[in-house]
Amino acid sequence: MSKINKLAVQTAGLAKSYNGFWALKGIDFSVQKGEIFGFLGPNGAGKTTTLRIITGLSRSNRGDVFIFGHNIQKDEIWVKQHIGAVPEVSNLYPELSSLNNLIFIAQLYGIAKKSRRERAEDLLREFGLYDKRNVLFSQLSKGMKRSLTIAASLVHKPEIVFLDEPTIGLDVASSRHLRALIQQLHRSGVTIFLTTHNIGEAEALCQRVAILVKGEIISMDTVEALKRMTPAPQRLIFTVDGIKQGLKQQLSRMERVKSLELTNSSIEVQCDDVDLVLEAVLKILRKEKVRIRAINTASASLEDTFVHLTGLDLELMKIDKELKP
Amino acid sequence: MHTPTLSKIFYVTLKDLKTYYLKPPLISWGIIMPLALVFAFYLKNPQGIREIVPGLIGMVLLFGATSMEGVVITFEKRVGTLERLFLAPIGKASLLLGKMLSGVIFGFLMGLLFFIVSVFFFHLSPHKIFMSLVLMLLSAASFAALGMFVANSVKEVFEAMTMFNFFRFPMIFVCGVFIPLESMPGFLKYLAWLLPLTYSVDGLRNTLFDHSSGFPLGLDLIMLVLFTSLFFVLSLFIQRRRLRRE
Repeated sequence: MSKINKLAVQTAGLAKSYNGFWALKGIDFSVQKGEIFGFLGPNGAGKTTTLRIITGLSRSNRGDVFIFGHNIQKDEIWVKQHIGAVPEVSNLYPELSSLNNLIFIAQLYGIAKKSRRERAEDLLREFGLYDKRNVLFSQLSKGMKRSLTIAASLVHKPEIVFLDEPTIGLDVASSRHLRALIQQLHRSGVTIFLTTHNIGEAEALCQRVAILVKGEIISMDTVEALKRMTPAPQRLIFTVDGIKQGLKQQLSRMERVKSLELTNSSIEVQCDDVDLVLEAVLKILRKEKVRIRAINTASASLEDTFVHLTGLDLELMKIDKELKP
Repeated sequence: MHTPTLSKIFYVTLKDLKTYYLKPPLISWGIIMPLALVFAFYLKNPQGIREIVPGLIGMVLLFGATSMEGVVITFEKRVGTLERLFLAPIGKASLLLGKMLSGVIFGFLMGLLFFIVSVFFFHLSPHKIFMSLVLMLLSAASFAALGMFVANSVKEVFEAMTMFNFFRFPMIFVCGVFIPLESMPGFLKYLAWLLPLTYSVDGLRNTLFDHSSGFPLGLDLIMLVLFTSLFFVLSLFIQRRRLRRE
């Protein structure tokens, strides 16, 4: 139990069935206090189902969830008092103003009357919404609604916040603003648990990621460790002044090269041994008297890992091969 | 139930009253509808208006307490704000009680307006007035609980309204609003015993006329408490079942 208490979240054999279809097939994971943990997976993987069970909006058929050592089914009120949750849909009251929405949430969490307004106004300032404090929730932009919904989840100063697809449907600027807010929140000591199908978001925000597909966690580790699991070829990118005729034929004869792409000013080589190939390419370029402006390398991304582990076609977002253990 | 829970229930009720109920269109509807009913029945039969007042009060209570209850809960389910409430540290029973109380208060206030208008047709002692108000409050509670049960059973507002019509209009004809219970054929009389409006109207006849067509006042009060409890427990059961299914 003492080990469990050090964890913000721990699940044991969590399973959920909808009319015989198992949306979750007995998942086990834990989230350390103070980390940003991501649940990455395609639509329908079971991310939202997991989040709903953890936040008490749904019940599992099997398994347990502990939040700071408290079982959600047995200590539901205690758990809800200590967590903040942001559902996929921004669900504050459309007919209440930004300020009144936060004050109502503060009332529900039992915050003292004298502190409610002050807390609500502080959050509005923090989230850049103070100017919109008297605007109805229904009249806010999508990004502002999302920000206010996150602010609402923080009214009672929770120790952990669950975010379900926090930037879904937002434009680039709003998404970046929200990611900055999430990082700021994390720096203030709040544990963050987020679900996303956006690989870039998981890579940019999360310290550890669990990849969930068809109700099963197929891999879980730090982002860096996950990337290392990918035997994806490394890339060498040369920026050059002009490509001479016949260069492509020479380069394509090199050993250990997986693929080769040439434009007027760049050469991109995918290989499985950077040192050997780098030496060989340099030799050819020197011989052909091609001026090199820059050389860059790129290793496997989380996207490569995701594709490697899930066999998921990112374009079509469907699984087209058997899952790897 | 400790104080923090009671205050949370109060805030849920207050928010619903402010947001949905105490709006000019609803308040004006709440005033005009009872006045129009009294006026219409008075014009038709000035001597017979006294006889129909308990039924009209019961009807106003029924419509007042059920209509918005059904709309509010189904609307909140649709926009996701009901889920927001379920995320808060408040028990499901307390939450449903808070939602129900707003319907009770609105229904009672509508019934009270009608009562104030029609009380001039009677010579009522303070005790009778008090008992009438208690009965109206319990009636509003049983109807609000019925509204909540219906709203929890369906997904859309139009489904709730269809269900309400399915319940409410037959109740008006069966429960002694227009036709006294003793004039009903046997099977309809037995059906009336299963409906809360019967005890609401019968109880008001007891308090306003000193006599009724059926039951003692004590039984009317007990039946209204039982109906309130039954519909409340059913609503809670539906919510808990949904938690296991969703």
